[in-house]
Amino acid sequence: MVIDTRKLQSEEDLEPMIEVCDKIHNIPKFENKNHEIKWLWAEEFKHEFPMQEPDFLNDRLKHMSFLTLCNHCEKAPCVRVCPTKATFKREDGIVLMDFHRCIGCRFCMAACPYGSRSFNFRDPRPFIKETNPDFPTRTKGVVEKCNFCAERLAVGKMPACVEASNGALTFGDLDDSESEVRKVLRSNYTIRRKPALGTGPSVFYIV
Amino acid sequence: MLEKALTGTKKYYGWMAALLAVIGVGFACYLWQFSFGLGITGMSRDVSWGFYIAQFTFLVGVAASAVMVVLPYYLHNYKAFGRITILGEFLAVASVTMCILFIFVDLGQPTRVVNVLLHPSPNSVLFWDMIVLNGYLLLNIVIGWKVLEAERNDVAPAGWLKPLIYLSIPWAVSIHTVTAYLYCGLPGRGFWLTAILAPRFLSSAFAAGPAFLILLCMIVRKLTKFDPGKEQIQSLAKVVAYAITVNVFFFLCEVFVVFYSGIPEHMDHIKYLFVGLHGQGALVPWMWTSMILMVVSIILLVNPVTRKNETVLVVACITVFVGTWIDKGLGMISGGFVPNPLHHVNEYVPTLPEILIALGVWAIGFLVLTVLFKIAVTIKEEVAGLA
Amino acid sequence: MPNNKKMYDKGKVVAGLCIFVVLITFPFWFNLGKAAPAPEPKLSDKAKAAKECVMPKATMKTEHMQILNEWRDTVVRDAKRIYTNPSGKKFNMSLSNTCLDCHVEKAEFCDKCHNYASVTPYCWECHIDPKEAK
Repeated sequence: MVIDTRKLQSEEDLEPMIEVCDKIHNIPKFENKNHEIKWLWAEEFKHEFPMQEPDFLNDRLKHMSFLTLCNHCEKAPCVRVCPTKATFKREDGIVLMDFHRCIGCRFCMAACPYGSRSFNFRDPRPFIKETNPDFPTRTKGVVEKCNFCAERLAVGKMPACVEASNGALTFGDLDDSESEVRKVLRSNYTIRRKPALGTGPSVFYIV
Repeated sequence: MLEKALTGTKKYYGWMAALLAVIGVGFACYLWQFSFGLGITGMSRDVSWGFYIAQFTFLVGVAASAVMVVLPYYLHNYKAFGRITILGEFLAVASVTMCILFIFVDLGQPTRVVNVLLHPSPNSVLFWDMIVLNGYLLLNIVIGWKVLEAERNDVAPAGWLKPLIYLSIPWAVSIHTVTAYLYCGLPGRGFWLTAILAPRFLSSAFAAGPAFLILLCMIVRKLTKFDPGKEQIQSLAKVVAYAITVNVFFFLCEVFVVFYSGIPEHMDHIKYLFVGLHGQGALVPWMWTSMILMVVSIILLVNPVTRKNETVLVVACITVFVGTWIDKGLGMISGGFVPNPLHHVNEYVPTLPEILIALGVWAIGFLVLTVLFKIAVTIKEEVAGLA
Repeated sequence: MPNNKKMYDKGKVVAGLCIFVVLITFPFWFNLGKAAPAPEPKLSDKAKAAKECVMPKATMKTEHMQILNEWRDTVVRDAKRIYTNPSGKKFNMSLSNTCLDCHVEKAEFCDKCHNYASVTPYCWECHIDPKEAK
């Protein structure tokens, strides 16, 4: 996935994407910050790219909101540490969670260098405003994260955030040199989060 | 031999009843956690491991330290420790029991715990931790029990025990090494990302465990007719002295590397623990207390005059135990999670039910420990013709 | 040599055994004669009209849990969502959207037997009965 941050200036620009994601995936809203569940959310530059922040970052980037989500890493540490293969990498590269199998040890949360994972500290159902019957909720005691809309990809649709992005997000097969994402990557300078860790994030940012 | 645990003085029954009461309270809280979820704890999205995992980490150390009595006796034929190897092994049994329980109470879906066996994943360090912990528990139960039985019957221990005993020595090192690998192999967690983490864990283990064993020996001497022995206690005290010194040395190595290199991702966690970060520093007084306790204990233990004074030794051992407990049981785990990978500072403080559950697990450990020590000591008394 | 035939504390042991036997059989004699009649799950009109489920009725009755377990692994882990039954009919493997689409009345169909057998499958902790969602 490539995120063109030039087209997403303010938090308002990100809202439709976050909203649709929360809605179709039955993501609860908790009062207690400790219990928060986040799949797709906004962060400032210094949090999105910690230690990559130049001293004199230009004003636009400094106050901008960046879209934050699971990086579906090529060498995903969460997959490496999972003791039950509840987190696994699909052949197409998507890192998925099998909620049926997760024992809730939260090793994956410690392993993820991007803070992309959330844990169900309690039953989420009473905290879901409007339930989408086409997608399951989660049960207490399992970890969850962005699934790149695997359920939509299965029926030939684009991830919901991509669809709601007005062209700011490009999604496709990074291994296919003719794909739309590769074309965008070829013609733009992009950065990734914490590249030095060798995890190989699949989410690129045009800044 | 188990029947030895059923008879005892009023004090013994009172102590067991008190432990059962604490276990009861902890269990009630656990039932609450079981139905509500881990939301009753202070853990959060950012600090996703807390008090339970920290206790687990600390107790793996106590368990591993049995090797400090087993190794000198069986490998170097240091006869004096023959009297107390059983105490070390039984302490290990009680500690590993607590470790396994602490992992269990930390699970979000405890009913699915067998998934670890149904879908074995050798790429996960947790899978290996399960193997080494359960193996170590089994080894120490079998070895401790059979050797004690042989002593009671006044025969030599069975021949097949020897290889198991030798195996238990590297195995003890492995449990704490693997436990350190849980943390130090994670990219993006600067605090733990250090090759010296396993050695640090082992050094603090070999300080805390034997220090606790010394205290237990003193209690046994006071309450029963069996005397673990002055020489034994002094030898253990030397082990504690050097282990705690090495532990502090390792920590200083860490401090040097982190601050001389000046890499923020590594510095921030230590800063958070010792001076606070972005105005948050709940652990600052604890960490300094821990450091002071460790330094004081070094002075008391290395100096032969103070070490040989058993009253001072008791103080020194408590100092070591509390100091290493704060270091590992409070700072080591939440320190690694603050600041979080996105550099937000969200602190962690355990909640009351969380602490009560932890106390319940500790009480189960002490119950197991009391039963096993009661058996061992009663038999030692019998063998010595004291009973 | 002690007399091997002598039983110590005979009275206490026998009394203890009796109490133990009574206690562990308690659920049986307590519920004696109170067995509820086995419920007959009610088929919805849609299910009746369809005549055949994914597999024959007898198989579904005894093995629907295994089938569902297989389905969930295939969908989640292998990204295959279409199931073809032995007679060649294709189904989208989804509890909420395929099973419950036909068996509209979860309460009359699933729950009836589950309650009787006192099983609480955790499917419903996440998967939604579309009817309840409305």
